Amino acid sequence: MKKEIVTKQIAKISFGVVSPSMIKKLSVVNVITPDIYDADGYPVKKGLMDPSLGVIDPGLRCKTCGGRMKTCAGHFGSINLSKPVIQIIYIDTVYKILRASCHECGRVKLRQDKIEEWTAKFEEAKNTHNLERTRALMSALFTSLKNVKKCPYCSTKLTPVKLNKPTTFQLDNERLWPDQIKEWFEKIPDGDLAAIGYDPAVFRPEWLVLDLLLVPPITIRPSITLETGERSEDDLTHKLTDVVRVNQRLLENINAGAPEIIVEDLWDLLQYHITTFFNNKVSQIPPARHRTRRALKTLAQRISGKEGRFRYNLAGKRVNFCARAVISPDPNIKINELGVPMGVAKEMTIATTATEWNLPWLKTLIKNHEGYPSAKYVTTADSRRRKITDETIPTILEEIEPGWIVERQLIDGDVVIFNRQPSLHRLSMMGHVVKILPGYTFRINPLVCVSYNADFDGDEMNMHVPQTEEAQAEARSILLLDNQIITPRYGLSIIGLIQDSLLGTYFLTKEMLLTRSEVSSLVNAFEYDGDLPKPAVTEKGKQLWRGRQIFSLILPKDLDFESTGQEFIKGKNVIGKFVVKKGELLQGIADKKQVGEHGGLLLHKIHQIYGTDVVSEVINKLNALGLAVSKLRAYTISLSDLDIPKTQQHQIADILQNKTKESDVVIKDFHKGKIIPMPGKTVEETFEAHMLRTLNNSRNVMSDMIAKVVKENTMLVQSAHAGSGDKVLNIALMSGFLGQQALRGERINFGYKNRTLPHFKRNDLGPEAHGFVSHGYAHGMDPIELFFNAIVGRDSLMDTAMRTPKSGYMQRRLINALQDLKVDYDGTVRDSGRSIIQFRYGGDGIDVASSDGGKLDVTI
Amino acid sequence: MSQYKEWNQMDLPDKIVSDIKLNKLNPAQKKKVEERFQKMQVSPGEAIGVISAQSLGEPGTQMTMRTFHFAGVAELNVTLGLPRIIEILDARKEPKTPMMNIMLKAPHNKTFAAADKIANKIKQVSLETIASEFVSDLVNFKLIVKLNPELCKKHSISVKTIVENLSKQLKGTDVKAIGNNIHLTSVKDIKKLYKLKEKIRSLYVSGIKGVTHSLAVRKQDEYVVQTYGSNLKDTQEIPEVDENNVTTNHFYEVAKTYGIEAVAELIIREIMMILDREGLNVDIRHVMLVADTMCKSGELLGITRHGITSEKQSVLARASFEIPLRHLVEASVIGEEDHLTSVVENIMINQPVPIGTGLPDLVVQMKKSALKTKKTKTAPKKSAAKTKPTASKGSKK
Repeated sequence: MKKEIVTKQIAKISFGVVSPSMIKKLSVVNVITPDIYDADGYPVKKGLMDPSLGVIDPGLRCKTCGGRMKTCAGHFGSINLSKPVIQIIYIDTVYKILRASCHECGRVKLRQDKIEEWTAKFEEAKNTHNLERTRALMSALFTSLKNVKKCPYCSTKLTPVKLNKPTTFQLDNERLWPDQIKEWFEKIPDGDLAAIGYDPAVFRPEWLVLDLLLVPPITIRPSITLETGERSEDDLTHKLTDVVRVNQRLLENINAGAPEIIVEDLWDLLQYHITTFFNNKVSQIPPARHRTRRALKTLAQRISGKEGRFRYNLAGKRVNFCARAVISPDPNIKINELGVPMGVAKEMTIATTATEWNLPWLKTLIKNHEGYPSAKYVTTADSRRRKITDETIPTILEEIEPGWIVERQLIDGDVVIFNRQPSLHRLSMMGHVVKILPGYTFRINPLVCVSYNADFDGDEMNMHVPQTEEAQAEARSILLLDNQIITPRYGLSIIGLIQDSLLGTYFLTKEMLLTRSEVSSLVNAFEYDGDLPKPAVTEKGKQLWRGRQIFSLILPKDLDFESTGQEFIKGKNVIGKFVVKKGELLQGIADKKQVGEHGGLLLHKIHQIYGTDVVSEVINKLNALGLAVSKLRAYTISLSDLDIPKTQQHQIADILQNKTKESDVVIKDFHKGKIIPMPGKTVEETFEAHMLRTLNNSRNVMSDMIAKVVKENTMLVQSAHAGSGDKVLNIALMSGFLGQQALRGERINFGYKNRTLPHFKRNDLGPEAHGFVSHGYAHGMDPIELFFNAIVGRDSLMDTAMRTPKSGYMQRRLINALQDLKVDYDGTVRDSGRSIIQFRYGGDGIDVASSDGGKLDVTI
Repeated sequence: MSQYKEWNQMDLPDKIVSDIKLNKLNPAQKKKVEERFQKMQVSPGEAIGVISAQSLGEPGTQMTMRTFHFAGVAELNVTLGLPRIIEILDARKEPKTPMMNIMLKAPHNKTFAAADKIANKIKQVSLETIASEFVSDLVNFKLIVKLNPELCKKHSISVKTIVENLSKQLKGTDVKAIGNNIHLTSVKDIKKLYKLKEKIRSLYVSGIKGVTHSLAVRKQDEYVVQTYGSNLKDTQEIPEVDENNVTTNHFYEVAKTYGIEAVAELIIREIMMILDREGLNVDIRHVMLVADTMCKSGELLGITRHGITSEKQSVLARASFEIPLRHLVEASVIGEEDHLTSVVENIMINQPVPIGTGLPDLVVQMKKSALKTKKTKTAPKKSAAKTKPTASKGSKK
């Protein structure tokens, strides 16, 4: 098969209406019989499945062009309608023209000078591509035209035509039949059409009244053969048989000279069938149904909607060279690496063009065709594709020369695009460097979970292999994760240490003293090959290093940095400073604020000064170091971590008691009528607000109290300090109490008559009766508390479930509205029509992704 | 490349210049700042539209759906979070919760009492609120409204203004004041009288139309009035109001009084305010781009199928969003052409998208002799020169 070389590029697409003469040219069959197959199961000639209309069975040849299933795109047929009908999709246009022109002479109801004036106006709007102007002109013109009472040319008295939806028109209380409309339209001169905004070059109004119906090729309405051997036809074919049947009946009746009423009824029926053929969702018309009562999917339905042609087939593309698998974490690979299972690597290929320089290497791949890495196919210089097998290897090896294309398997160091849906931002698709690993899952470094919003509870992700050199280069220099560390949303590092590695650097910089062997293992973890710093402490003849000395080894040697942060002084975490001087960490703890995800300050500073490559390297090394530290120390949590010292336990009871007292006061005030309503609120609402505030306050007091008394040296609290685990409030909810369960900013106030549950007295306003939980998770809730807790829990689930589609639609609309905006070469922001949106992006032209958190920090 | 050079030499923004002064940088440091500023400039072709859309859309999943109570004493419901953002982007004619924040002129903003007095003045008062009784006199076909003098005084309304305002709204009805009562005489029809009685309850008497609640609230060291319901024009006419410091969240009112530039500014403020409240960090540039896009044509367009999308140049871009049939019909009768300048159409026909790395075109000038032979055999794969970037049409000034 000879491949045709495409030498043209589409420059523009013009739109217009198909004319009857065009239909005649396109049509290869004039369909007259409603039967599809004859008794032997062969398609009937001049039927809807006429073999001239295209092929849908493999092996057959097209009767018109001789092509096979893959080469013949199908051919159109036509139906000669016995009486004309109106094209439903253009019904509004028909209506507009009927109202804008004279039924006698067919001229547009404008005087000659006005015609020239309007033609010029439309011309101008069209030449400037000002669609909005065209629309405005048309709507203004048509509203004024419909009230013209007298034709300026033939002086006929005019009354506006009425449209009885969906398809019938009336003039002076008499029905206007499609053939009359057609006659009317034919009288309208081209010049008049241009004066009302239409383009006579591509559109004539009489074309909207059909007397020739274009029958689509079989290829777009293929019939399916069921397992039983039964044929099942496409919805369009069903609809077309209806059309042909009614059309033939109408013809017979006309020829037989049937009474007018019968002919007109059939005519309307024909109109109905053709209407539903084009659009089966016209309001006021019952949709045509299948035998199974299912509404037919006809032409309009094929185009519109999420599963329609535009969004499903045209704007949505399917791709090859991709893989999908479950993901799992591997903290030992670099953040920009992707662990690809061997099975995937063997299946995926990259088409590599052979050159002088890579030929020997490609030959080894070809030789190794059973093993890994190997090549699967070659394409010769004259575009012949050959499979590599034991038999073909010798000839291929002999013949291969620069210019051949070798499809080789994926190897370490290739660049791929990795993606997790929903792809809400560009960080959901990033370039990774392939690292082939055993196993069956994709492995990613857990640090990159943030940007993909991934976890490992069964998430699956997709990998795409760029094929061309350009694509690979782009993936490497733009898409690669290292270049995406700074999110364009706010210009800070989105990736940072999490979990074990964060806890590791936290402990390391907090208080650790390390022996030589410990230091060696830590330094080895991030492949340090310089000299060790001098030991900071010598204790009983033993040399000991401080953790922050080791931490400093990773930092760039000339880094100066200072920020507020945690410090560890006299056995306590206090707010102090985090100071780095000349690449040496002098004081402070490397916690989430400094090195964590979503804008770690230290990482941000390093990025500002040294750029993406260094940040990426620092993150990798800190990750390795942190993990190594975590391996040195044990990390475990015990239920007793939640215990509050016996001496302090009364405090919780005190707080609860206090809450009861305070709320009692509010309730008493309420009963006495002492509550002054807040502006815009009733007394009851004010009371509820007071109660809620009182009760919420008790939780805050409790949380502060727990933060003070909880055992400081437990891993639970330490991980809270490091920022790698829960916050202190979550600990308080476990060891203290849960507090008021608020639903939509109110206490729970429904259920039974004047009470939430039958366990309470009616009109009980107390905290417990409206969702106050006075136990923590550690102790456990009582049944009633659990019930209230479940109410709130369910509500938040509901909220999430309803929010997701709403925000999804919002984002779709935003993207659609903004997708064409780009920065032009002159620094302006323009849309696809090249009109200016901003003279300079953001006023200062600063790219958020390369800024200092959306600003320019002059102190760097 | 002359235009590119010009662009590169943009002066430092005022903020950075003042920062330099503030930090007392030496010339070397200043030069470094200038260099960094140049480095930070966006690259031509950058698909900033998509980036902005994603930057606003992605945090949308984390936003709340609740309506919130105003912080502080004022317990008014405010639409916030995702519903409010959607409302702003839709550019609805009426916000769900229209509100104003009114600053007062000097003596009135010092004490709560003074501010409260004006707050009461601003609030719309209907007849119902100041009347103590509605009596129908069936003998004379009259309605008698007994006013509550205390309430009248509280809202500082005289009987005369009530009569004036009522007679303006009730045409064909005779309105007369007798003492503290208002007599309404109408047609001699019991049914109509009954209807009238229902109607007059909610009639506007004084204050500002549309403002249903108003409160004096302390903000820092002065008292301001916050209202529920918005009517910018009438509010500014009140003498005690500092007319230059009245804000509303009603875009169309702002558009009418101050013009589209103010609306763009307001959109930015409103969206940033919501994002701040949710604790979401989104750079202001993204919001600015959205606001400028919504206001680009001189009137406010929503990010909906009727708004921005329907104004797009490309037929296919419009059709691929929503209601494709309508756009195809329109395109075919007026003979539109799609020049494939935006993103979707190029995706549809499998061509590189004219954005980002797909933007530059390689223009090769071939020798005439070479062109002749080439043309017959292998024409160049891409018809080269597309639209070349036009010269810079406008700099910041």
